[in-house]
Amino acid sequence: MDSISIVAMASIITAGICMAIGSIGPGLGQGRAVQGALNSIAQQPDERNSLTRTLFVGLAMIESIAIYCFVISMILVFANPFWTYVIKKAGG
Amino acid sequence: MEVVAIHQISPDQVILFTWGVITINATLVYTWMIMALLVVGSILITRNLSTDRSMSRWQNFMEVIIAGIRAEIGDMVKDGVNTYFPFVGTLFLFILAANLFTFIPGYVAPTSSLTTTAALAITVFFAVPIYGITKQGVVEYLKEYFRPTFIFFPFHVMGEISRTLALAVRLFGNLMSHEKVIAILLAVTPLFFPVVMQILGLLIGLIQAYIFAILTMVYIASATQSHEETEHKTNSNH
Repeated sequence: MDSISIVAMASIITAGICMAIGSIGPGLGQGRAVQGALNSIAQQPDERNSLTRTLFVGLAMIESIAIYCFVISMILVFANPFWTYVIKKAGG
Repeated sequence: MEVVAIHQISPDQVILFTWGVITINATLVYTWMIMALLVVGSILITRNLSTDRSMSRWQNFMEVIIAGIRAEIGDMVKDGVNTYFPFVGTLFLFILAANLFTFIPGYVAPTSSLTTTAALAITVFFAVPIYGITKQGVVEYLKEYFRPTFIFFPFHVMGEISRTLALAVRLFGNLMSHEKVIAILLAVTPLFFPVVMQILGLLIGLIQAYIFAILTMVYIASATQSHEETEHKTNSNH
């Protein structure tokens, strides 16, 4: 197997694994956050505005972890620096 | 009409024309179009304002938006809504307009490029210390970095940098992933599902604009808060 296929294979498999494992944690975390917020809103409906705002800020913080994984897998698939390096080496 | 090809990750790579060292890409063009739309629209609406009961429907529309943003800021800080409103409101309106026009064919959201979102996040990175210093002075603001002890100084600095990075990458990742999902769905199931995803994209764009503005306001509030606490303490002592 030449180096081009190895780099391509490693990039694609790593992108998939990165997305798969990286979305487990934020998924569980967001579920727990929404659960807590819904419980609080059910107990105190008057505080709904501030609870919702805090929930959105917290969800954005949790979500950013999944977004990091997504951006890394996108870079591996669409804009891979190692891929362009290997192509340049093989081409000339 | 496909402006950004499926193998291109950002509208920066769509180069419309080059003139010497100046390269005009799709991000620049759409950013300036959004800015022109916001500025010209605001000028046209505020040209003849009325204070009595017969107002134009555009003035009513504008007042609803402005009052909503002001109320949201006013919930987070006790005073100084007028100080923070121009910056946070501008960020919100620009990101909102940039995100919501994605349902127009041929338009690419400038916020789906990392350069735009990084520029927005860097303005936040510089605006937070400026608001903090004007509110509580240089010495008081710098003292915040050494609380509770001086060991925490590098962690405060790292937190500032990483939250700026998170602001930029969050907006970019959401918008870029949305465009890529639509492009892939157009290739796989061309008729119905891309429309559903476009409708979901309107929601995503609104929520991301809201989150960017709210997080900016949270950072500004945390940089200006200790002053209010000490002020409160002296008031209670009297």
